[in-house]
Amino acid sequence: MSNLSVNVAGVEFKNPVIPASGAFGYGREYEKFYPLSILGGISVKGTTLHRREGNPPPRIAETPSGMLNSVGLQNGGAEKFLNYELPNLVTKDTRIIANIAGATIEECAQLASMMNGTAVDMIELNISCPNVKQGGAAFGTNPNTAAEITAAVRKATDKPLMVKLSPNVTDITEIARAVESAGADAVSLINTLLGMRIDIKTKRPILKNNVGGLSGPAVFPIAVRMVWQVYNAVKIPIIGMGGISTAEDVIEMMMAGAKAIQIGAALFADPFAPIKIIEGLNEYCENNNISNLADITGTVKPW
Amino acid sequence: MYTQGKYPIIKKTAIAKGIFDVTVSCPEIAQNAEPGQFAQVAAEGFFLRRPISICDIDKEKGTIRIVFEVRGKGTDKISQLACGCLIDIIAPLGNGFKKLSGKKAICIGGGIGTPPMLGIAKVYGENATVISGFRNSSVAILQDDFKACGAKAILCTDDGSAGIHGFVTDALKNELKENKADIIYACGPMGMLRAIVDIAEENGIECQVSLEQRMGCGVGACLVCACRTVKDGKEIYSHVCKDGPVFDSKEVVLGE
Repeated sequence: MSNLSVNVAGVEFKNPVIPASGAFGYGREYEKFYPLSILGGISVKGTTLHRREGNPPPRIAETPSGMLNSVGLQNGGAEKFLNYELPNLVTKDTRIIANIAGATIEECAQLASMMNGTAVDMIELNISCPNVKQGGAAFGTNPNTAAEITAAVRKATDKPLMVKLSPNVTDITEIARAVESAGADAVSLINTLLGMRIDIKTKRPILKNNVGGLSGPAVFPIAVRMVWQVYNAVKIPIIGMGGISTAEDVIEMMMAGAKAIQIGAALFADPFAPIKIIEGLNEYCENNNISNLADITGTVKPW
Repeated sequence: MYTQGKYPIIKKTAIAKGIFDVTVSCPEIAQNAEPGQFAQVAAEGFFLRRPISICDIDKEKGTIRIVFEVRGKGTDKISQLACGCLIDIIAPLGNGFKKLSGKKAICIGGGIGTPPMLGIAKVYGENATVISGFRNSSVAILQDDFKACGAKAILCTDDGSAGIHGFVTDALKNELKENKADIIYACGPMGMLRAIVDIAEENGIECQVSLEQRMGCGVGACLVCACRTVKDGKEIYSHVCKDGPVFDSKEVVLGE
């Protein structure tokens, strides 16, 4: 067995495979398929200060090799996460990434400070949700705001801080540099791309929210490109995501510059995708005499 | 536990235009499945699985039966799987119908909402009345199956081309005049469900409805298949895949 472990901002993951926020809940459902201890970590459902009901349905639309979603951060709120979900997650022998999403800068800071002294291993600050009116992508598409919110959250917490970036920007490296200089320990990218589908019979958008976030294999090349650009722009580690569904995708994403990866939409097509990916990574390492998978990060040889 | 696997199709029949009846040999799924639950079925070349209700379960033979209508390109792809092919399913998912022993049930299906009524009708046998409604005789399905399980089968069509010329709600009102029921099960279009729930409430009969919504994961993690429910007097979003697809009519808000 090769060593699949990776270190992101001081946090050791047993392997680089992490289900992405919003695709895996708090692990309870997927635990009915396999033990969560197999996973490198779990990025939990985006958590807001107070309970949120989310957007009206339909919240999902299929697209070629992907899907749009507009859940709108439905979640039980921070107290429920800390009192009900976290005590369960800590028994699962996997790293816990708390994905937090505030409607204001103050709320983000408050959420982050609530994680202090808990078993959360890392905070993922979501400044890129395309499906909410307040906060979300409004924070993550302007470098000044992104830096301001990162600095405020940085001050509020002693946990490793990762900022999740939006691809719906002209230059993602600008945002990455801004959050790095404001004190982020890592960045994760990409969140979903804003998209739309219309039912041509009814002339109605399929999503009740009209627009939503595109994910799935369709976005993978965009994600690889953005991870590679950010890798060349900042020194802090990157967790790459966007359309990953196979071990080969993971290797590609790591070569582009990611230290670890997250899997989202692929879980819906195949709930066992993370397990198959981990097996595939072991095979890849053995076949290529790689003793530490972490060594492949950023090894792409650009023309 | 949830089971995902590729299982052989052992029987496949087109039982009406665009409606397919598929029996799958999947002992571990059949063992755990209950009437009213559903399967997430993969359609080759399409990203998302299609949620399809389980029509019937044979625990001894280790099979489940799904009856579905071709609604789009994904279900069309699934319908092309021939007998002997493998079908990729996750099941059994969601909560099934509540079963009352020694009681009388009325099971009501509207169109392609009819298949899940077979499994629950079998639980009640002669104590079940199945009312099913269709656009016309060409898409009227499963009548022989309902009769075979001992249930009283009442067929309604919108155009009168078979059975009673009228809606399932008319048939339900007539049935309730003659026979009392302890519980009503319903699956079909929202308008039909609302009308049935009203009748159930007027008559003080417990009612369970099975809902449909566009789904993602099918297991309760992604939260896309939202539906309005009432909890502690407040409306909230629950999820069809995990909290349903079967809901007590008193806890669900039947919208558009």
